[in-house]
Amino acid sequence: MNDFYIILTASLVAINCALMGSFLVMRKMVMIGDAISHAVLPGIFIAYYISGSTASLPILIGAAFSGILATLLIEWFTKKARLQSDAAIGVSYTLLFAIGIVLISKFGANADLDQQCVLYGEIEYVILWLKPVFGAFMLPQQTIILLAVCILLVVAVIIGYKGLFITTFDPNFALSTGIAVGFWHYFLMSGVSLTTVVSFESVGAILVIAFLSGPPAIAYLLTEDFKKMLLLACIVGIFCSATGYYAAKWLDVSIAGSISTVIGIAFTLVFIFTSVIKRKAVVIST
Amino acid sequence: MNVWEHITTFFSVENYTLFVVSIGSGILCLAAGVVGTFTYLRKRALIGDVISHSVLPGVAIAFILTGVKNPVYFLLGAIISGLISIWIVDYVQTKSKLKPDSILALTLSVFFGIGVVLLTKVQHSGNAAQSGLDSFLFGKAASMSMLDVQLFSAIAIINVICIALFLRSFSIISFDENYAKGLGFNVRLIKGFLALLTVVTVAIGVQAVGVVLMAALLITPASGARFLTNSIRRMLIYSGIFGFASGIIGVFISYSGTGMPTGPWIVIVLSAFTLSAILLGKQRGVFARMKVRQNNHVKINNENVLKDIYKLADKGLKTITTKELIDKEKHQPKKLKSTLARLEKLDYVDLVRGMVILSDKGRIAAREVIRKHRLWEIYLSKYFQLDADHLHDDAEGIEHIITPEIEKYLIKLLERPETDPHQSEIPY
Repeated sequence: MNDFYIILTASLVAINCALMGSFLVMRKMVMIGDAISHAVLPGIFIAYYISGSTASLPILIGAAFSGILATLLIEWFTKKARLQSDAAIGVSYTLLFAIGIVLISKFGANADLDQQCVLYGEIEYVILWLKPVFGAFMLPQQTIILLAVCILLVVAVIIGYKGLFITTFDPNFALSTGIAVGFWHYFLMSGVSLTTVVSFESVGAILVIAFLSGPPAIAYLLTEDFKKMLLLACIVGIFCSATGYYAAKWLDVSIAGSISTVIGIAFTLVFIFTSVIKRKAVVIST
Repeated sequence: MNVWEHITTFFSVENYTLFVVSIGSGILCLAAGVVGTFTYLRKRALIGDVISHSVLPGVAIAFILTGVKNPVYFLLGAIISGLISIWIVDYVQTKSKLKPDSILALTLSVFFGIGVVLLTKVQHSGNAAQSGLDSFLFGKAASMSMLDVQLFSAIAIINVICIALFLRSFSIISFDENYAKGLGFNVRLIKGFLALLTVVTVAIGVQAVGVVLMAALLITPASGARFLTNSIRRMLIYSGIFGFASGIIGVFISYSGTGMPTGPWIVIVLSAFTLSAILLGKQRGVFARMKVRQNNHVKINNENVLKDIYKLADKGLKTITTKELIDKEKHQPKKLKSTLARLEKLDYVDLVRGMVILSDKGRIAAREVIRKHRLWEIYLSKYFQLDADHLHDDAEGIEHIITPEIEKYLIKLLERPETDPHQSEIPY
């Protein structure tokens, strides 16, 4: 049963990240996702400090808000200060991360939170806090939150699909037809922040980035159809979670690390198959 | 203890550990800031993030292979895996349709994941000597030794010398790779060399400030320096100074508070420097550009009011009052009042009992604006074949921007025309 809980938790993170990551990959904004996942640290800490846990919904939203704050900061740097965008991302998230660590070391003696936990998470421990759902059925507390966010994101993507799609693939057309490009940008960024905040405790920032970039990139190499890409990214994410978990158990190593490694291996295989071999075949045939 | 005592104790050489840590951090930040200038100029700021995450597997493998905690082996492993990560980013980018950001994120997370796997393998195998490996992730600036400082100094000297020797090559590939190729530079070699310098700096620095914050040491000083100067030499110097000062001040702050981490404070100080540069930079700074915009705004307002007074006078009105300007030319009363007050101060107009009278100086200025406006309208209709009713709005904006040189050129080009497309006379 523990295996099931852990794989379910990782898979839920994978689905959340695949949904958001596919849009980020197509918008060339994955590194902003990376930045958000580090920059939420002060928000998460403040949430911890006030409530003592990340389990309550208003606090979650508050922490996710700090992710949006990070995107606002990046935007201020690029648009108002005219700093080039890569540097704007680098400067803002390192600053926010540094502030987060200073806050933790100053006031966080009791908070169960440190850099290690932020970077690689502790998915093994999700099973320690089981809670009943629908009476008899038991689920880890983290998993319930992830499930709720997952449902929220699926609904949001389905309802907002048209707007997200058009602002992703043809922002100029969207702008000229009066679609609120800015609204959909922040709509997506809120989703990314929420995903990062609820995922960080169980899998850590690094696996969140691996999930945000890996499965969507693999799916993108395999298909041109965006709807298929979304679905494929989710499946790849779930597959990598399960494989990674069993590999970690077998080798007795970190689960989050193992899943990232499996994503890397999966990407390498798909990349060699689609980009290296196929290109060679094209060269030979012409 | 008062502040001054605090500072003197801090900077006294007797306080050996602190002295070592602050000088070490300063030198490290200097080395990173200098080499990071090129990372910034090549718009590859996030590669620093990738390298710092990617050194982990190399360190772990070095430990597994040798079984000892030798910083030289660690460093070697770190450099090799850092270089591999850069190569992978470049290779995947040329071979697939994926965009750089996806590849960067994927590479850094997968390399880090592999590193964590290897690290946990080492930990679970119960080798007691592994405790030092963690410092590679989160930094250990506070426990810096004299040996570390020597290492930092060495890399700083190497960076500075290499950049001094190859400044021309580095600058040219940072701005225009194709141009460099055309000139016969070996672009691949120069890029590789620059990458090597960056990787070595990052591999050494990660031990002091940790994986996440290393990216800041590389990129934050250069981002600030860019707002202070347009010269690459000055930028290098400013980056180095920002880095060095932040290193020392960061250590000072973390020493002053209990349980304060050093690395994050260095980054916060660095960011404070950079933010100030971004806000206060003489030309490119946010405030400087705001001031320019404000000045332009004032100039445009002045010119518009002058122009409208002149036009009303041109229509044969003997006395022009503020009321007429508000009614006929749709000026906002409040704004008009302040603009007129300003114009009176500059001797452009005289305000007598609600009447507005242009001075000679004001008349000349108003005629200049109208002339530019009408010249531009002729230019547009002649060279862009625009209809007469499409000309006004464009000219309304450009009239404030045309310099005397452009005006001269327009007059010459249009052969000193007498009337504009609306048959109004052009005042010379």
